[in-house]
Amino acid sequence: MFSDANRRRAVEIVAQYPNPHSAIGPLAHLAQDQDGWLTLEAMEEIAELCETTPADVQGVTSFYSMYKRRPCGKLVVSVCTNVTCLVVGGPEILEHLEHHYATDDDVWVEEVECLAACGLAPSMQVNYEFHESLTPESAEQIVDDYKAGRRTARGVSGGRVA
Amino acid sequence: MSVASGKPIEETRIVSRRLRDYPDDSHTIERFMATGGYEVLRDVLKAGDPSAIHAHVKASGLRGRGGANFPSAVKWESLPADVYPRYLVINADEGEPSTFKDRLLLERDPHQLIEGVIVESYAIGSTLAFIYIRGEFALGYDRVMTALEEARAKGFIGKNILGSGFDLEIVVHRGAGAYICGEESALIESLEGKRGMPRIKPPLPIHVGVYSKPTVVNNVETASTIPHIIRMGGEEYAKMGLNRSTGTRLAAISGHVNKPGVYELEFGLTLREIIYGIAGGIRDDRELKFFLPGGASFQWLINTDEHLDQIYDIDDITAKLGTTLGSGAIMVYDETTDPLLVAWRLAKFYAHESCGKCTPCREGTDWLEKILYRMSHGEGRPDDMDMLLDVSRGMSPDVMRAPFTQTTICPLGPSPVSAVASLQKYFRAEVEAACGVAAGVAR
Ligand SMILES: Cc1cc2nc3c(=O)[nH]c(=O)nc-3n(C[C@H](O)[C@H](O)[C@H](O)COP(=O)(O)O)c2cc1C
Ligand code: SF4
Ligand code: FES
Repeated sequence: MFSDANRRRAVEIVAQYPNPHSAIGPLAHLAQDQDGWLTLEAMEEIAELCETTPADVQGVTSFYSMYKRRPCGKLVVSVCTNVTCLVVGGPEILEHLEHHYATDDDVWVEEVECLAACGLAPSMQVNYEFHESLTPESAEQIVDDYKAGRRTARGVSGGRVA
Repeated sequence: MSVASGKPIEETRIVSRRLRDYPDDSHTIERFMATGGYEVLRDVLKAGDPSAIHAHVKASGLRGRGGANFPSAVKWESLPADVYPRYLVINADEGEPSTFKDRLLLERDPHQLIEGVIVESYAIGSTLAFIYIRGEFALGYDRVMTALEEARAKGFIGKNILGSGFDLEIVVHRGAGAYICGEESALIESLEGKRGMPRIKPPLPIHVGVYSKPTVVNNVETASTIPHIIRMGGEEYAKMGLNRSTGTRLAAISGHVNKPGVYELEFGLTLREIIYGIAGGIRDDRELKFFLPGGASFQWLINTDEHLDQIYDIDDITAKLGTTLGSGAIMVYDETTDPLLVAWRLAKFYAHESCGKCTPCREGTDWLEKILYRMSHGEGRPDDMDMLLDVSRGMSPDVMRAPFTQTTICPLGPSPVSAVASLQKYFRAEVEAACGVAAGVAR
């Protein structure tokens, strides 16, 4: 369920569009930032707000890789291995983080496509905040900083959460 | 002896001027307005003549910076007369591998984009514009949202803007991780709250777009350029560049160069001047092996005088070398790079990002990825290169032709075929050696 504040925000978002159906994606981001993943209850509420069915919301959101269908912890760590990162150590960073956080429920490590941060490759995002010019060690340090609260993380969908 | 373009080997900063001059606060409305921002908007609203904007853009020769290089004024002319509402949609989905120029404009000069959106909306008669921004661009989204609030507070957005009678709302819509939503009809589907799958064309979005209304889709850099064209005058703008490639464009240079980054270049430099002059040459004193002059989807070039002396001109490079300048990415690889590995990773990207609507793309990209995986990981078979060409024919019948031919709804399907054709053209011997042909290894 959306909190009162988020429910108000959701209604505002829907009202921006000539057709409420357009708001499915933005509301899914909002719900995910709130709950940490896209829950079935959230999809039902989004369906009601967007004047459609929960099945439609599920069908649409499952197309997009940013929506998580199961809890993903507090930190989504997205490591790029596309062609520029590939030749300067991206895959090694992915492997290191996957291994290091394999049993850590707070950290979800995923391989992603080009993040448009190739100028300072290799690159990753932590809850959609960019980190560039990485080594396996510096990448681990950054994730640990977020874990320890030395860096402030966005929501798991990249929104600013209060 | 290398050929020189005769142009100074330096940047020409138009859309990147402010963000380079004021790296600390180029995104703020204070800096924007202190450096001439929103003056063009004031002027055009005061003049009250949308057709004058069109005349400038037409005279400028501006071509879309999203990859297809379509003349912007011609797109506007295709809008069906008297059909309202009509929408402007800014494509800020930037997801093409190694393209990273729009992100810079979004994060570092959002007001420049917003001024472009307002001016362009006024020119085409749209009262609702959308900025579809890649979901992963969290900072870009924050910056654009803050800029919109600031612009609204100054009366540049909303009802009766600066007393002109012109109304405009701008809605920012976040994507959610799907490269295909950069394709304009998929973007429109996504904006309507659907799966981002390209539409069969015709009808084109300019006729039947968002909510079935006429829709202009433009890239971030395209819209950001429009106020500069008005400020300079279309004809002045057209004096920059070369032939039908007028003005400047942001080139995102990455890979094994000493100075990777985004550079604003006047069209007309040679590729050698760009790679060795602008981007500082190859790292660690190594040799250049191959490079992708127009992003991930088009054919590659190699270290020959013919290729390096080629001029950065949209039409000339297509006429002479069959490739294109695409999205403005230039990816550079040194002598240590395995071209099979790059081809495989690109195929993996396209296989992952295929929306699945057309069989040749859904199946073909997967096949290419699988075959290229084994080829690039020491498990290649002697006839694999021919198998690649065979599979490619399903997506792009005239495999070696560049730009590619297409059997699919959108150009994503045949895009990885560009890499296959490039392997065949330039690296056949190396690929065969890697796949055991020379050693006579049987399957
Ligand atoms: C698979 C695919 C992905 C695309 N991605 C983008 C993109 O991220 N940004 C963009 O501006 N154009 C992209 N395009 C091109 C758009 O379809 C469209 O041509 C462009 O946004 C029009 O704007 P322009 O005329 O200003 O270039 C893509 C095209 C295809 C086929
Ligand atoms: S070519 Fe591929 S991405 Fe494009 S519509 Fe067909 S299946 Fe989808
Ligand atoms: S290839 Fe990794 S950020 Fe672009």
